[in-house]
Amino acid sequence: MFLVVDRLSHTYLTKTTAVTALDDVSLSVEKGEFVSFLGPSGCGKTTLLSIIAGLIEPTEGAVHIEGQPLWPSGTAAPVARRAVGYMLQQDYLFPWKTIEENILLGLKITNTLTADTKERALALLAEIGLAGVESYYPRQLSGGMRQRAALVRTLATDPKLLLLDEPFSALDQQTKLRLEELVWNTLRQYEKTAVLVTHDIEEAIAMSDRIFLFSPRPGRLVRTFVIPDELRCRPPLAARQHPSFPALFQSIWKEMEALESAQ
Amino acid sequence: MNPPNERIDTKHAQYLAVLRKEQRIIRLWQTVLLVAFFAVWEAASRFHWVDPLLFSSPSAIAKLFVEKMSDHSLFAHTWATLLETLLGFFIGTAGGALIGALLWWFPRLAKTLDPYLVIFNAMPKVALGPILIVALGPGFTSIIAMGVVISIIITTIVVYSAFKEVDPNYLKVLRTFGATRYQCFKEAVLPASFPAIISTLKVNVGLAWVGVITGEFLVSKQGLGYLIIYGFQVFNFTLVLMSLLIVALLSTVMYQLVALIEKKWGNRR
Repeated sequence: MFLVVDRLSHTYLTKTTAVTALDDVSLSVEKGEFVSFLGPSGCGKTTLLSIIAGLIEPTEGAVHIEGQPLWPSGTAAPVARRAVGYMLQQDYLFPWKTIEENILLGLKITNTLTADTKERALALLAEIGLAGVESYYPRQLSGGMRQRAALVRTLATDPKLLLLDEPFSALDQQTKLRLEELVWNTLRQYEKTAVLVTHDIEEAIAMSDRIFLFSPRPGRLVRTFVIPDELRCRPPLAARQHPSFPALFQSIWKEMEALESAQ
Repeated sequence: MNPPNERIDTKHAQYLAVLRKEQRIIRLWQTVLLVAFFAVWEAASRFHWVDPLLFSSPSAIAKLFVEKMSDHSLFAHTWATLLETLLGFFIGTAGGALIGALLWWFPRLAKTLDPYLVIFNAMPKVALGPILIVALGPGFTSIIAMGVVISIIITTIVVYSAFKEVDPNYLKVLRTFGATRYQCFKEAVLPASFPAIISTLKVNVGLAWVGVITGEFLVSKQGLGYLIIYGFQVFNFTLVLMSLLIVALLSTVMYQLVALIEKKWGNRR
């Protein structure tokens, strides 16, 4: 197993409250797999992603990437953490840096910036359709272009596991569909393992191999949907148009509705 | 030539001409205002609408200026004040930014010092003048110290809050790459706070002048502040007003230089 989440619980402590965001979550993801964490807001999916990214230490439980534990820090954790790339809801390209400086940021931080890795990052930028914008500043680019540049920034350090935190939710519909297609193709081409956090059922079906459905307050894993092969193997746009798409959408929708009414 | 394009070009040329004309009118009125101010002042003094002993006159000031320039005394005073102000400005700004960075780096230090910063900020810093003179001696050093104390606390507070208000998502991006605290500071916190730091420069130009002139009032040895207080004591208001005009001119030049820096470096976003 590539990624193993083992009996993970997390509680946020503040002065007045202790809120349990995740309760006893266990799951595993295979190498090269694309999975989605689906659920309404407050189901702890972003918390889970932050824990996998090594940004938050969980209250209980463990996360292993290729057998290496993420916690406690120190030991083998840095190795495991370097394998992870994180893409945020918005691009968060640094406005004071050019696109080139932005996409090379991860390489610079991890001290892996060489002529070789730089060339690879720039080639990736061109491949993703952004050739010639290297010297531009982020404000000179459209929202879709910026999110694509952010994808290059994430991929530049060659992470084995990609964490996508609703990266399409701030885009308009057309850009979003195009970007889904691009991300799906790119990840497949480079054989990356990916975890997508979303509250969009259609997006989860179109993009993933498996969907983990979470319930809110506290966040629990309630069901796992395995996407049938005919949808799994098609790129997102084609999957959305496939005849078996609506049926799957219906069954996930019903499950989510049931969760809501149980609250 | 394509006719619609030509039409647009003409329109644009007309628009630019209107803008230039407006600019000229404003410049003209600004000049008129300046000339009128000095003319009315001169006339008021000559025809004794105001007491020339108190309000002097532009011609008397010009005469004194030429006189003081030829015996080289004015240059020494101006240079002393300018140097003190520049040093006070740079030390105050750099020191404030440095303390701001330390507070960001050590959150516990920031929490501990918080009430003291509030007290120092609320206190009128010029009240420290006599103590500074006793501690540092009546001279150059204590005048610069006045320029520093008056600007350093507000710089610290502004810079520190700018550091704190940096969008945490930029730091999140860096932390997902495993960035150290120093890398976070260098790549995100400092550049994101650049506009705030530039704006403290503008405020500090004014504050440094206040500190230095007040310091010279108290030390009373040299400088334009000394000339002002000396002129006041011997009832030579021509000297007072001349010094004042020089201070106004120099501080404006300094402010414009900072504005130039802002234009050059602050617009990269």
